[in-house]
Amino acid sequence: MTDIRELIASRVKDAYEKGCALKIHAGNTKDFYGRNIKGIPLSLSGHTGIVEYEPSELYITARSGTPLKEIEHVIEKENQILPCEPPHFGAAATVGGMVAAGLSGPRRVSSGAIRDCILGIEIINGKGEYLQFGGKVMKNVAGYDVSRLMCGALGTLGILMSVTLRLLPKPVSEQTLAFPLNTSEAIQKMNSWARTPMPITGTFHDSKNLYIRLAGSRSTIEKCAEILGGYMVDRSHAFWSDVKEQATDFFMTDKPIWRIQVPPSTTPLKISGSSLLEWNGALRWYASETETSEIRRITEQAGGHACLFRRRSGTEDIFHPLSPHLLEIHRRLKRAFDPNGILNPGKIYCDF
Amino acid sequence: MKTPDNLSNLVKQFCQILPKDSVLAKKEQLSVYECDALTAYRQIPRIALLPETQEQIKAIIKICKKLQLPVVVRGAGTSLSGGALPHAKGVLLNTAKLNRILEIDPENRTATVEPGVTNVAISEAVKPLGLYYAPDPSSQIACTIGGNIAENSGGIHCLKYGLTVHNILALKILTIDGEIIDLGGKHFDSPGFDLLALMNGSEGMLGVVLQATVRLLPEPDGRKVLLAAFDRIQDAGNAVAAIISSGIIPAGLEMMDSFTVMATEKYCSLGYPKDAAAILICELDGFEEDIQSQVLQTQKILDSHHATEIRLAKNKDEEEKFWKGRKSAFPALGNLSPDYYCMDGTIPRKHLANVLEEINFLSKKYGMSVANVFHAGDGNLHPLILYDANRAGELETAEQLGSEILQLCVKMGGSITGEHGVGVEKLDQMCVQFNSAELQTFHSIKSAFDEYQLLNPGKAIPTLHRCAEFGAMHVHGGEMPHADLPRF
Ligand SMILES: Cc1cc2nc3c(=O)[nH]c(=O)nc-3n(C[C@H](O)[C@H](O)[C@H](O)COP(=O)(O)OP(=O)(O)OC[C@H]3O[C@@H](n4cnc5c(N)ncnc54)[C@H](O)[C@@H]3O)c2cc1C
Repeated sequence: MTDIRELIASRVKDAYEKGCALKIHAGNTKDFYGRNIKGIPLSLSGHTGIVEYEPSELYITARSGTPLKEIEHVIEKENQILPCEPPHFGAAATVGGMVAAGLSGPRRVSSGAIRDCILGIEIINGKGEYLQFGGKVMKNVAGYDVSRLMCGALGTLGILMSVTLRLLPKPVSEQTLAFPLNTSEAIQKMNSWARTPMPITGTFHDSKNLYIRLAGSRSTIEKCAEILGGYMVDRSHAFWSDVKEQATDFFMTDKPIWRIQVPPSTTPLKISGSSLLEWNGALRWYASETETSEIRRITEQAGGHACLFRRRSGTEDIFHPLSPHLLEIHRRLKRAFDPNGILNPGKIYCDF
Repeated sequence: MKTPDNLSNLVKQFCQILPKDSVLAKKEQLSVYECDALTAYRQIPRIALLPETQEQIKAIIKICKKLQLPVVVRGAGTSLSGGALPHAKGVLLNTAKLNRILEIDPENRTATVEPGVTNVAISEAVKPLGLYYAPDPSSQIACTIGGNIAENSGGIHCLKYGLTVHNILALKILTIDGEIIDLGGKHFDSPGFDLLALMNGSEGMLGVVLQATVRLLPEPDGRKVLLAAFDRIQDAGNAVAAIISSGIIPAGLEMMDSFTVMATEKYCSLGYPKDAAAILICELDGFEEDIQSQVLQTQKILDSHHATEIRLAKNKDEEEKFWKGRKSAFPALGNLSPDYYCMDGTIPRKHLANVLEEINFLSKKYGMSVANVFHAGDGNLHPLILYDANRAGELETAEQLGSEILQLCVKMGGSITGEHGVGVEKLDQMCVQFNSAELQTFHSIKSAFDEYQLLNPGKAIPTLHRCAEFGAMHVHGGEMPHADLPRF
């Protein structure tokens, strides 16, 4: 196990003094996410290793460059899972990249987002200072919640050095059911089932079929399957892995891919092109050539926001624009963590 | 910008935007607000305001900004850390009149409410839909959602369903600059930094919560409640760790020590096992079939950890009886002693037994009784130090004892506060948990929202100066704590 903390801290200090931008990366599996930026590459992939894993305490602490698959492998042996079921998008995916990107998987509907399972974090800020926030315990309200603030910030507020994540017991068994339904019907069904206590831990609609995943004891699953109907899908595990890794035909396209979030029960959006639904309808993927401004207008009207996820031309804004006041607070926060603007500048929005 | 205003001038200004009886400036009117549930700290505000609308709050904040008046927002005033303690020179802004539920959206399973709505009012309003709002602090009949957000409050069921931060979907925040920012929505994640998470637990220092949209959950299919007694507190502690590591996440897992059991029996005699050194109450919920097997598994674990008695509630009445003792523990202990001081440290579960033993030792060392009743499942301790404020020096001794308990929690890899917040109470202990660069980060975050330190100033984050004076023993990677600061 290597520990390159001091080396990284001194490189950041140096960059801080010279005011030169750093481009933080590790496995490069989620490099496509966010705006294209310039900077001297700073790799975290050598900063690996599980620091602490206490199965009985339901947490794991790992250095940020630790491969996600290593973590999942180790906790699997203890019958535990990462609650947020993160996508890897490649074998080199690291836990630091997972937190920085903040992309959650199908289990988001039942077990929460990546930010929800973050217990603590260690970072190096834009001045090269080593800081720790949060801890190993689930309840902790000492100081502002800096740990969660790092999630989804794409490295613009700090270099993630290690993270502590809450784990969950692996469900005793799982079963996937399919229902031939169109998009409107699927949205309606998912949301009415979400009002029942049935243990649904994943929902996915591919414009022809609605798929739902049940988790629990065999007898619970049988009982729910009886209530719900539908037909059983073989190889449940592989199916959801394909969903989260975007290994479906939908993503084999030349068209821009939009990641759109709206209130789950929103009726189908009037955006041309093919679409996929997850998270009870709260997450919608579109492969669409519709104008950016039009897509943003439609999603905003529905009370949501749109992110240009894949296949973009390179210079445009990726994330939904923020209101002026909100943007100003973002700028000030950026300055609080990174006064000289050297950490992944421009990765989320062009000016920070 | 600053104008020296006398009180009558202030009253006049606020009366232009509020009805007369919503502007309080007389001493007898103000004394209601002089403290929150941490009564050891008291301070009368300069003026108290009771707005009824979001527009009025906006107008108040505008004036405060212009006159550079400190503002302390107050919900129900049940904070146990002095979070709602008024500022001598400032405005106390009470949200009690903003108590409307604005929208219930069954399709998306959300409720949108004003900040002064009580925690329990949400669950009551959505009960007919088979839904509820999960975080359930014991103070839920009184405390407000605005206060819950500011403190990131927890409750018995947070072990399985998360804290306030996990259950808030959207916030409308008024900044001290008088601008409204909308965070989150009925969708799941938002673009930009996760300011929604940052707001939770920020103790009213970053903005005023004008409106909140909360996530609603379906009522579970079924539930079962178990009560187990132990001869040794260590066995109870280890049983807690064993249940969680077996793959069961109970809806609630609470522990009471013998002192607390004795007090509750005296208070409401429920037939708890009186000679037990500790009892555990464990609630399991979920689908009927799943609970059955979990009950069997839990019983086995309790048994193998030498439980002397295991009871399973046969019906709703019995369930309520099991819980009633836990829920009346605070008033029961209050009956035994003129005052108590409630701590809120958290520790990794595996240290429960050791820490309880150490607390017992400290209790003897200081010659003060400490009762333990707490959220065992998530390692959140609530040691209650019993004292008499009328006896000279007792409060100070209680505070010293409390401070040692919190430092013990930090040493064990835990935190000085799990759900009650830092407020004015744990400022010194913050110096133990964080080094100066970390504290400086907190100050910078505060300044990013509130440059002139007008919102709840002086709370939650100690000045570096204060920490240097406190001389806390924070050793961070072998460094001297606050080595860069002058010592006095
Ligand atoms: C008997 C008892 C039992 C308790 N049990 C629990 C428990 O089980 N779990 C738990 O977590 N806590 C518990 N508490 C503590 C307390 O009830 C919680 O902290 C609660 O969330 C405070 O809510 P409040 O409305 O009373 O807020 P207040 O005490 O009025 O204020 C608390 C903080 O919130 C800020 N605030 C209030 N409203 C707003 C707003 N609209 N915008 C911005 N800031 C605001 C205030 O400035 C202050 O900093 C208990 C307290 C008591 C007295």
